[in-house]
Amino acid sequence: MRNRHNYPGLLSALVLICCAALILGQKVNAAGNGKITGTVKLDGPAPHMRGIDMSKDPYCVKAHASDPAHLETYVAGANGGLENVVLYISDWSGSALVSTAVPVFDQKNCVYSPHVLALDPGETFKVTTSDQTAHNIHPLPNPMVNVGWNQSQPPGAPPIEKSWKNPEIIPVQCNIHPWMHGWFVVVKGPYATTDSNGSYTIDNVPPGSYTVTAWQEAAGTQTAKVTVAAGGSGTADFTFKAK
Amino acid sequence: MRTKLQNWMLLLSSAALLALPSASSAQLSTFDIETRIGMESHVGNVNGHAKDAKGDYRRYCVGCHGDLGDGNGENAVWMPPPMYQQPRDFQLGVFKCRSTPTGTLPTDQDLFDSITRGFDRSNMPPWNTFTKQERADLVAWVKHFSPRWLNEKPGTPITIPPEPEVTPERIKAGRDVFAKVQCWKCHGVQGMANGPSASTLTDDLGRPIAAFNFTDGSRPKCGDTDQDIYRIFMTGLDGTPMPSFADNIKPDEAWDLVFYLRTFMHQKSKEKEMAKTLGLKPVDPNAPVGQQ
Repeated sequence: MRNRHNYPGLLSALVLICCAALILGQKVNAAGNGKITGTVKLDGPAPHMRGIDMSKDPYCVKAHASDPAHLETYVAGANGGLENVVLYISDWSGSALVSTAVPVFDQKNCVYSPHVLALDPGETFKVTTSDQTAHNIHPLPNPMVNVGWNQSQPPGAPPIEKSWKNPEIIPVQCNIHPWMHGWFVVVKGPYATTDSNGSYTIDNVPPGSYTVTAWQEAAGTQTAKVTVAAGGSGTADFTFKAK
Repeated sequence: MRTKLQNWMLLLSSAALLALPSASSAQLSTFDIETRIGMESHVGNVNGHAKDAKGDYRRYCVGCHGDLGDGNGENAVWMPPPMYQQPRDFQLGVFKCRSTPTGTLPTDQDLFDSITRGFDRSNMPPWNTFTKQERADLVAWVKHFSPRWLNEKPGTPITIPPEPEVTPERIKAGRDVFAKVQCWKCHGVQGMANGPSASTLTDDLGRPIAAFNFTDGSRPKCGDTDQDIYRIFMTGLDGTPMPSFADNIKPDEAWDLVFYLRTFMHQKSKEKEMAKTLGLKPVDPNAPVGQQ
């Protein structure tokens, strides 16, 4: 009876020691040159993505006259590669990495491009509009985590520069065009977003053992353990099932 | 054969189930909130103290705004949107009526003015029956619900230049601004809240919300002076679809727009007379950008 009570204590002590060893053992170097690569695939056929009725705004209808717009909940390539999946190191213990390039979140043909924008906390990004119709850019963070805002961008409006303070997955919408939906995925440390083939490369990874998390807006998250040697590369592939 | 009691239980439980998703989630406990009871406010030369507002809040505010300030008071269920507005969730620290830029905290004066003015077309009456001191205390009390005030300072209020004289040229120029930034997408070309996007508007919590109808005699939620209208579109109403236009409307143009908006309003005004003389037509939503 007594023994049984001790197991949880022992176990948590063990976990703590392991964690400490892991944290102390992995010398995180900001200028890490390793990388993590892989592919994210969708299991089975891609779910039907409903077309978008843009009749509210003739400009948007015209912009999609030859290329009908569809929801972008799952964007899968011919080989099953899943686009717009964000991969990041969820047990990253270093500081946030702020790249020098300023990522752009554009409003083009009444959809967001890219649909998903990954960022580090504190990383500056630009919101631009290429459209000849008015948009309002309205991210909806949890007010307890990040501070939301809502700004108009009529045709020809100057870009808006912003950044997010804390890690959070933030939906963004346009109230004028309610089908416009996108995501700011704010994660600490190096990250990557899958391309149209579902492949990705996380650069600037210092040597060490990591948990890589893959986030897809509807299918959720998956994790994998990856070890990266100094200057080497680790691999993590993921397969999501459409929900 | 179900008994009467069983029928009632079924009805009640389904009502409870329906009510669940609409209830905003209280994320803070009484304990979290109590730690901030020392919160103060400064309105003019009056200093408010949260601890002194406890009695007034329990007597007059708790019914709608709730014990935890999360807008889940016992009356909240009787105010379904969009016909009514749900009571504000003070824990989130997000406020419509601000003199400060979008995404920043309002000033103490802004909160004081909101309490004083109340909100047209809502269950929040003007609380100008409270003394200035009591209202300042309530401002501190409202602030003590949200941790945002510990970590952030209110934004810097926008500058509103002195109001120029209304002229027919300014009203015409205001019409161009109205067309350029496309206010009509929600508010309609005649300000009747019937723009193409009006029917699908939702607030930050996903609840349906109506655009402001200028023509039915309603007063704007954040005040109905010319300065108030200027402030509303320049700062935006956080928590709602109304964005800030501060980056896209210059101060001088902003006054033109205020004058043009006045021409829609039910209330008699110089602007309305001038628009009539001018024979102004509503903007054409199908006209190419920049050609009205």
